Amino acid sequence: MTDTTTLTHLQRLEAESIHIMREVAAEADKPVMLYSIGKDSAVMLHLARKAFYPSPPPFPLMHVDTTWKFQDMYALREKAAQDAGMELIVHRNPEAEERGINPFDHGPLHTDMWKTEGLKQALDKYGFDAAFGGARRDEEKSRAKERIFSFRTATHGWDPKNQRPELWNLYNARKKKGESIRVFPLSNWTELDIWQYIMAENIEIVPLYLSAKRPTYEHEGGLFMADDIDRLEKVMGHRPEITERSIRFRTLGCFPLTGAVESEASTLQEVVQEMLLTTTSERQGRVIDKDAGDASMEKKKQEGYF
Amino acid sequence: MTDPIYQTDALIAEDIEAYLEQHQNKSMLRFITCGSVDDGKSTLIGRLLYDSKMIFEDQLAALETDSKKVGTQGQEIDFALLVDGLAAEREQGITIDVAYRFFSTEKRKFIVADCPGHEQYTRNMVTGASTADAAVILIDARKGVLVQTRRHSFLCHQLGIKNLVLAVNKMDLIDYDREKFDAIVADYEHFAESIGIETFTAIPMSGLAGDNITTRSDNTPWYDGPVLIDHLEQIEVRSAANRDKAFRLPVQWVNRPNLDFRGFSGQIATGTVKPGDMLRSLPSGKTSKVKSIVTMPSGGSASGSAADGELSEAVAGQSITITLEDEIDCSRGDVLATADSPPEVADQFESTIVWMDDEPLVVGRAYWLKLGTQTVSVTVAHPKYEIDVNNPAGSGSHLASQTLHLNQIGVCEITTDKRIVFDPYAENRALGGFILIDKITNHTVGAGMLHFSLRRSQNVHWQPTDITREHHAGMKNQTPRVLWFTGLSGSGKSTIANEVEKKLAIMNRHTFLLDGDNVRHGLNKDLGFTESDRIENIRRIGEVAKLMTDAGLIVLTAFISPFRADRQLVRDMIDAGEFIEIHVDTPLEVAEERDVKGLYKKAREGKLKNFTGIDSPYEAPESPEIRVNTVEMTPQEAADYIISKILPLK
Repeated sequence: MTDTTTLTHLQRLEAESIHIMREVAAEADKPVMLYSIGKDSAVMLHLARKAFYPSPPPFPLMHVDTTWKFQDMYALREKAAQDAGMELIVHRNPEAEERGINPFDHGPLHTDMWKTEGLKQALDKYGFDAAFGGARRDEEKSRAKERIFSFRTATHGWDPKNQRPELWNLYNARKKKGESIRVFPLSNWTELDIWQYIMAENIEIVPLYLSAKRPTYEHEGGLFMADDIDRLEKVMGHRPEITERSIRFRTLGCFPLTGAVESEASTLQEVVQEMLLTTTSERQGRVIDKDAGDASMEKKKQEGYF
Repeated sequence: MTDPIYQTDALIAEDIEAYLEQHQNKSMLRFITCGSVDDGKSTLIGRLLYDSKMIFEDQLAALETDSKKVGTQGQEIDFALLVDGLAAEREQGITIDVAYRFFSTEKRKFIVADCPGHEQYTRNMVTGASTADAAVILIDARKGVLVQTRRHSFLCHQLGIKNLVLAVNKMDLIDYDREKFDAIVADYEHFAESIGIETFTAIPMSGLAGDNITTRSDNTPWYDGPVLIDHLEQIEVRSAANRDKAFRLPVQWVNRPNLDFRGFSGQIATGTVKPGDMLRSLPSGKTSKVKSIVTMPSGGSASGSAADGELSEAVAGQSITITLEDEIDCSRGDVLATADSPPEVADQFESTIVWMDDEPLVVGRAYWLKLGTQTVSVTVAHPKYEIDVNNPAGSGSHLASQTLHLNQIGVCEITTDKRIVFDPYAENRALGGFILIDKITNHTVGAGMLHFSLRRSQNVHWQPTDITREHHAGMKNQTPRVLWFTGLSGSGKSTIANEVEKKLAIMNRHTFLLDGDNVRHGLNKDLGFTESDRIENIRRIGEVAKLMTDAGLIVLTAFISPFRADRQLVRDMIDAGEFIEIHVDTPLEVAEERDVKGLYKKAREGKLKNFTGIDSPYEAPESPEIRVNTVEMTPQEAADYIISKILPLK
């Protein structure tokens, strides 16, 4: 992407993200890259490979699993780690596993135990002191104010009023034992930037982002994909009515929590076209933001959610 | 409301590929908006997002509900609610932190840092300004140039922002009166000139009504300058300006996948680089030619030949990895630069510092300084003067000051413990801007800009000696150590240190005991007991101890040394592994009960001020190498225990 006049916005964003990753590699004792298998994670992983080439990225990839992800996601997870030459760590909260926590019976507890608690457990278990996440500032209001190096207490808390000032490209990665830092190298990317970069760099993403005929069911007003119908039947107590529809996903999470959109967009260009013409914000497909009213994400973050 | 011109581009629906092609190669501009809440700053940003279609239907629905509930515009949409993110801010109706927002036009992507207006958030404004190419300074047309307008302009100018936009907002409320607008601009021009701002662009506008933001307003036919968005689309971005300067690459990380490859990774601060260019590594001064600029071949690392991923040129702003023709010593913190125009290397500087922590600057205390990829220990001298940010142009703008408090700005001399590679901030932000980090709390406590190095540091060079510290230690058949005893007055430091020294003497070890009281009779007799004198006392003892370890000695020191930061300062001076912190742990009641010198009694009676444990704190070590409990151990037992911990000493 070399250009002879001014760097393009994608070149500047790429350079900034790579700079951030190298700072962490140089200053943190034991970094890890959190990998959610979504498109933002795919871009983050690609940037990490570029940052350290020809070496593999000097940290492992970690997926905090809920056991309820789409099958396509699990398949890409293994391949992506292998292609990058990175160690893959998968953590599942043993307590959630034992209690059979699921999105139907347990509501918000599902996210809390698998994701929030699971993440804290995993970071503590391996002693990671810096964790990369793919969050972007354009996703949500409280994220717009979060630092690129976001400091967490030993109990993983975030204090929005007591963030370290972040000047120029100088990041303060110093911390006491037990404390950690969440690092967001994609902070300044927008959703459109992510798609453009995926196209420009030919980055592999989960096929679910592109439209195809898939088995769907309706639940509480939302449209979902029956990724594992037998398992759904078990926890729902009945077999949902399945209809084949042409659908895709704007974000990917647990399949019973991730709303699908009906769409005919089967290429990246068409997906971007739909996105640009659409009138609802990206996270609307995810149920998680709505459950605690207006400031729900800010509250979740204070409790340790990524 | 005027029609938003950035409504969905027809090209998206008609020809998405053409649209993407167009948007693939946009440039990017970062700018800040400053001014107070009342000036309509958040409203302006809300408007920019709204007009560039960055607000979706569901957000708009939520916004309409919120506007009626907590908005300040009656039944109208309150754009400010889009921008003020944190719950606390929405409740108080003020902007506390810097928020970053994104929008784009056909020509550019924009990142806006929305900075708080109140004086207590000066640090947040400086933070936002540090990465900005341009600043939009809002003025309420009804109020004109205010104290905060001057403060914000001054800060932007200090941070080196060359493109200033004076947005005279709320023109609708003064009936688009040209004379009033001209008077405000004349007033501002006078001020701007006095603090050295060369140019600015003044635009009459209304964020609420949408005048002169994206479209030319019919309400200001007398105005023939650019509208805000057009102007922001034309401004030259800083990374483009940086390209014409000499090449600088602060080395972030050395890439060594195997013995055959050694690459230097970093983000180019200024200039351009090509294979074959002659570079100089600073501070070593060694030179070599660029062999290649390596990037990952598309399609992954395994496929494709290595040449696929090599660049013929790289420019300012890019993150790259380069290899050199020769094996030269170069690691993180070093700077690769154009061989015939290298940056300076020095350890004493004049700088402007913005203080950002609730705890004021402690003169003489060691902080971490991070500049580029270099992190060193630094001390700050008494400020030469503090700058009155509210009145930076006035005759009384230089205030006398002993220290810097939160949000204060001062000009100070600083001294680093190692020589660092730098350029003046005015020439190169990346090698002239620094942050200060507290060594104990790890907070980012200040930010600064280097102006120039002080001559005296350049003319004093280290004198290399032929008999090295290893020779000295070898002749004594021991390894040097500093045994640093810390604890309350009367805890038994001197007694135990004395016992340890006697035992070491019997073992034929060469030692020296530095005692607090004795040192104050000679070397430090010019020092009193103020905070900065106490720091200087400890610093000098640290330096003496360091010289003695260079001579191969085992040094024992017995000082209360109550502050963690000061003990850390000494620890950082001494070679790694040679500093042994020994906490002589005695509860205050026990020490006070002993009161060997009668000092606790005097302190309790108020005859002795700043006495550790009574009216001045003792900060116990968090993880000392050795801890001895004098309630459970006799001095003999404590000494034996310490000896057992420090052996073999060879």
